[in-house]
Amino acid sequence: MVTANASLTSLTAQRARRVAEGVPDPELPMLTLADLGVLRGVEVTDDGTVVASLTPTYSGCPAMAEMRADVASRLRAAGFERVEIRTELDPPWTTDWITPTGRRKLGEHGIAPPGPARRRPAGPVPLELSVSRRAVACPRCGSADTEETSRFASTSCKALWRCRACLEPFEYVKEI
Amino acid sequence: MSDDHVYLSLAEGHDDGDARWAFGTGFEDPLHGVDTTVPDGVDVGELTGRCLALADDALVGAQRLAQWCTRAPELEEEVALANIGLDLLGQARLLYARVGQADGTGRGEDAYAYFRDPGDFRNVRLAELPNGDFAFSTVRLLVLSCWRLAVFGRLATAAEDPVLAAVAAKGVNELAYHRQFAADWTLRLGDGTEESHRRMVAALREVAPYLGELLGAEPGFGIDAESVRDEVTEVLGQVLDAAGLTLPDSGTLAGSGRDGDHTVHLAPLLAELQSVARAHPEATW
Repeated sequence: MVTANASLTSLTAQRARRVAEGVPDPELPMLTLADLGVLRGVEVTDDGTVVASLTPTYSGCPAMAEMRADVASRLRAAGFERVEIRTELDPPWTTDWITPTGRRKLGEHGIAPPGPARRRPAGPVPLELSVSRRAVACPRCGSADTEETSRFASTSCKALWRCRACLEPFEYVKEI
Repeated sequence: MSDDHVYLSLAEGHDDGDARWAFGTGFEDPLHGVDTTVPDGVDVGELTGRCLALADDALVGAQRLAQWCTRAPELEEEVALANIGLDLLGQARLLYARVGQADGTGRGEDAYAYFRDPGDFRNVRLAELPNGDFAFSTVRLLVLSCWRLAVFGRLATAAEDPVLAAVAAKGVNELAYHRQFAADWTLRLGDGTEESHRRMVAALREVAPYLGELLGAEPGFGIDAESVRDEVTEVLGQVLDAAGLTLPDSGTLAGSGRDGDHTVHLAPLLAELQSVARAHPEATW
C-alpha cells in the first residue's frame, strides 16, 4: 500500500513536472521555463500539494511575478488543486542551466546563445582591462566577424551585438 | 472577456494574486516562498541594519541611474544604465523584504522605500549626489560597484543569514558586469580626448572626499574592513592607472549617510520617488 501510494505520488509528480516544464518564458516565449533553467524542481508533498521552485535570472527580473502566476495557473488548469510556488535564490541562476534545446531555439530566433559561464576562483572577482571579448557567431549568417555594441540590451540577460559580415544587429544571451 | 474596457478585461479572472496581465501592477513579495526564518545566533539588529544600508544604497543609486533615461549620450548607454539600475532595484527589493521579515514587523518592501523620511535612510551620500555629467556618473558607478562587489563577495560566505548570503551571491555576478561597464568607460574617457580626460579628473576630485564614508565603516558579520578597503583601492588603482588618471589626495567629509546624515540632494530625490505612493497610500491598480 505504501509502495502503491509512493508510485502514485511519483506519477503525479511526473505529470505536474511535464505541465510546469511546458510553461513559456514571458520575455522569451519560444523557450519554456525549463529550457531557460529557471524551473528548479517540481515535487508533490504528502498532502498532494504540488510545489514548484523557480529561480530569478537577475535580481531585478520584472518577469518573476508573472512566471510564478503562469506556473500556478497552468498547474491549476491541469487539475492540480493545491499549488505552491517557491523562490529559490541559492545557488544563483547561471546561463549554463539553459538546456541544449533552449540554446537551439534561441539561435533559431536570431538570438545568439551564451557560451559557458566563467568559473571564478574563490576570492575577489578579477577585472578585465584588456579586450578579451568572446567570439560570438552571428545567429543569422553564421559569420564569426561580429562585435559587441553594448553589454546591456532589451532585457537584463542579453547584450547587443552587430555582425560585420551581414551588417545585422542581434542580441546575445550573455554568460552569467 | 468583455471588450468594453480593455484594461478591465485584461484584469478579469486574475484575482488570485495573479500578476500576469501587466508588469508593475501586482508586485508581490520578491522573497515569496523563501524560508524566512532568522537562524539562531544571528543578531537581528545587525542583520536589519546592514540590509537596510545596502538596500538604501541600491534604491537611491537606481533612482539616479534611471534619471539618465532620455539624457544619456548614446541610446546603448542609456539602456545599460537603466539595466544596471534595474539590477540594483531588484537587490533593494530583496533586501527590504528581508528587513521586514527579520525585524518582526512584517512590513513589505514599499514601507521602506516609500514611507521613510530622508533622515531614516542609511545610504552613503555618494549615492544621492546629483548625476552631474557622464564622467561624474561613471566615476561614482565605478567606486560604488567596486565597493559593493567587494562586500557582496564576502557576504556571500560570511553572512550568517542564509537569505542575505544568497542575495549577495546572486548580486556578485550582476555587480561584476556593472563594475566592468564603469571601468570600460573610465578607460575610454580617461584615455580619450583632452576634454574627456579633463572631465574625469574633475569627477575624481568631486568623488574622492566621499570615499572615506564608504570605506571607513565596518561591513559587519565579522568581515574585515581592511580587506574590503584593500580590494577597492587595488581595483580602483588598476583602472585609474590604465586610464592615465590618479585618485587625488583629499580630506574626508565629516558625517556619514550611514548615520542618517545626508546632503540636501536626498530629500528632493525621495520626494519624487515617493510622491505617487504617498498621494495614494496602499492604492492598487
